[in-house]
Amino acid sequence: MTSSKQALAHSAPSADAAPGSQPGAARRAHGRGTPPPGPGSWRSRLYRWDMKASPYAFIAPFFIFFGAFGLVPLLYTAWYSLHNVQLSNLDQQTWVGLDNYKNLMSSDFFWGALQNTFTIGVISTVPQLIMAIGIAHLLNYKLRGSTMWRVVMLTPYATSVAAATLVFVLLYSWDGGMINWLLNFVGVDPINWRESTWGSQFAVSSIVIWRWTGYNALIYLAAMQAIPSDLYESASLDGANRWQQFRHVTIPMLRPTILFTVVVSTIGATQLFGEPLLFGGVSGSKGGSEHQYQTLGLYMYDQGWIIGNLGKASAIAWTMFLILLIVAAINLLITRRLRKSQ
Amino acid sequence: MRTSTHGPRRLVVLAAVAALTTGLLAGCAEDSDDGSSDSDGGSGGGGKTTLTIGTFGVFGYKQAGLYDEYMKQNPDITIKENVTTRTDVYWPKTLTRLQAGSGADDIQAIEIGNIAEAVQTQGDKFVDLGKEVDKSQWLDWKTAQATTKDGKTIGLGTDVGPMAVCYRKDLFKAAGLETDRTKLAEQWKGDWSKYVGVGKDYMKKAPKGTKFVDSAASIYNAALGGESERYYDKDGNVVWDKSSGVKKAWDASMEVATSNMSSKLKQFDKPWDQALANGSFATVACPAWMLGYIQEKSGDSGKGNWDVAAAPTAANWGGSFVGVPTAGKHQKEAVALAKWLTAPEQQAKVFAKQASFPSTPSAYASLKPQAATTAFFSDAPLTQIFSDSAKTSPAQIFGIKDQPINTAISDIGILQVEQKGKSPDQGWDAASKEIKDVLGQ
Repeated sequence: MTSSKQALAHSAPSADAAPGSQPGAARRAHGRGTPPPGPGSWRSRLYRWDMKASPYAFIAPFFIFFGAFGLVPLLYTAWYSLHNVQLSNLDQQTWVGLDNYKNLMSSDFFWGALQNTFTIGVISTVPQLIMAIGIAHLLNYKLRGSTMWRVVMLTPYATSVAAATLVFVLLYSWDGGMINWLLNFVGVDPINWRESTWGSQFAVSSIVIWRWTGYNALIYLAAMQAIPSDLYESASLDGANRWQQFRHVTIPMLRPTILFTVVVSTIGATQLFGEPLLFGGVSGSKGGSEHQYQTLGLYMYDQGWIIGNLGKASAIAWTMFLILLIVAAINLLITRRLRKSQ
Repeated sequence: MRTSTHGPRRLVVLAAVAALTTGLLAGCAEDSDDGSSDSDGGSGGGGKTTLTIGTFGVFGYKQAGLYDEYMKQNPDITIKENVTTRTDVYWPKTLTRLQAGSGADDIQAIEIGNIAEAVQTQGDKFVDLGKEVDKSQWLDWKTAQATTKDGKTIGLGTDVGPMAVCYRKDLFKAAGLETDRTKLAEQWKGDWSKYVGVGKDYMKKAPKGTKFVDSAASIYNAALGGESERYYDKDGNVVWDKSSGVKKAWDASMEVATSNMSSKLKQFDKPWDQALANGSFATVACPAWMLGYIQEKSGDSGKGNWDVAAAPTAANWGGSFVGVPTAGKHQKEAVALAKWLTAPEQQAKVFAKQASFPSTPSAYASLKPQAATTAFFSDAPLTQIFSDSAKTSPAQIFGIKDQPINTAISDIGILQVEQKGKSPDQGWDAASKEIKDVLGQ
């Protein structure tokens, strides 16, 4: 708090009053002795100004861009969410107060979407991270062609969502898809992957898992390689087997990394959009005939751009934002508690 | 490490700032560039005028070589087409650009499902093309759909979607059904439920692994296309739940959905493409533009096996318009191009290339589909079947939320019955709930 106050004071033009305390003034005095009055003081003023203003100029691009493409839309969306705004008539905005939010709270579609987002989030994130740790552990052994394995792990991450999802749509096709064909060998009746509730959620999650497991595995791998090997040595001297080493050395050492991946995956899961949209194919923004895999992101897109009710879509956007804040707060709490327990 | 990279880092930052600033300035400068070229074009000077045309899907103008032809005739015009594949992406984008008054193309295509929204909410954003052309060239209902209450025509008709039924002769024969197109048309003439009746006969002896029709929703859309009453009445009120047309089309689709004669596919989906290639359904409701899909997706295996018969009722499904936004900088040139592209001769050329059916009846006499298309569909008299349907299909009233209402019925209501085994009543209720949400009720 105090340091930022100081920074503010430095940037204020009235700082001229106490030149001695200024780093610029100090340096000038040191370098040149007593400056002549006319052009010299102009130059020193310029120099001082440069010292104070340049840092702001350097960080300005980010803030200008953030303001133009982040903050203004965010506030404008809040404004929209309190109005009835139709996509076909953007200039006519009628004030409706919190009606859009009330409408959401009483809408089955909204609660359904929230629940879908949550379930798909859980069944995609949890197996994904567990598998990623396992894979990272395997890759951490001395392997032949280890670079190749690591590149292979990252390939799904490098493919586009659209391409990957299209392939998955064909795999999960009800009639003649490869997965139903394989199930047929074990005597399971064909499953309508797109229209059944758990089937579609499983299918969408599998796309997410496929795309992100390798990415997380590489992050874990990097963290594992930073674990000092003497920890393992002393553990094995104490008679710990590989599993015990993994449990009592690797996992605790990975804790900060695990937290990081959990946070990132949670944010990703809350914003899940591309996979279910493309999985649904034609009119995919409905997320299935019973909205069984319509996530909050899809619901917002459907309301705003397909139905054209931008006011309500903005209300969904803000609700999602609030949900993310809550999730972030919970994450923070857990992190703190874990740190304390350490 | 920090100190050693200080110098280069500063350079990098400076370079980045410079690049960003240039980018921003260039972005701002773009408009004024356009402006200057506009004055060149306007004064008839040596400068070339670039016209942009925004379309969706496969419009066929480029494929039929119309742009090249026009540019040859008008050497100082360059045409650039901006294609968006999906209409549900294209239309919201176009709406925002129209209202922002910038970013729209010189010519914008409008799909039939969006025309009412364009007419009722964007009427003042389009040039009145009614004064520029002889409106009697077009089918009356086509122009009427693009005309505002005060008589302004904001779009010129491109293609229409007159209805027929495409069927696999080989499968019909195997199922012991009539294969002659005239006799078949007689069997189901007048009512889609008669067509469903033929389907029941088909399923009794259906070749293994095949169904009668691709989806219940396609029959809904085909049947609805032949009704004069859809979702809105003349005054723009939503009457979908009382509409006799919707009721009839719904009942026909429910018969399909509950009698195991459908492949239960979603049209234009990947699995649907595959099913066309595998020949696993025997008929599909077939607006003229569907011919191209069938020909492309079913490939050589379908050649000569597909045939076309008149639909139970004369109907229209789909079709588009082109309009000239008033925000465009080359309105005069754009109007001229729009007129030329939609003139009967050019519409006939698009039909010859990819079977998009003209909305100008005077073109019908001279229509000639590609030899390959005719051969693919067993030498059926395509021109005659489709022009009969186009001339007699009823004038339909569209409304602002026509598209989302239609999606709610076909992809929520019908799909639940067809794929999830819900009862027709449950399907109807689900669609009602969805439509209430769509209308914000």
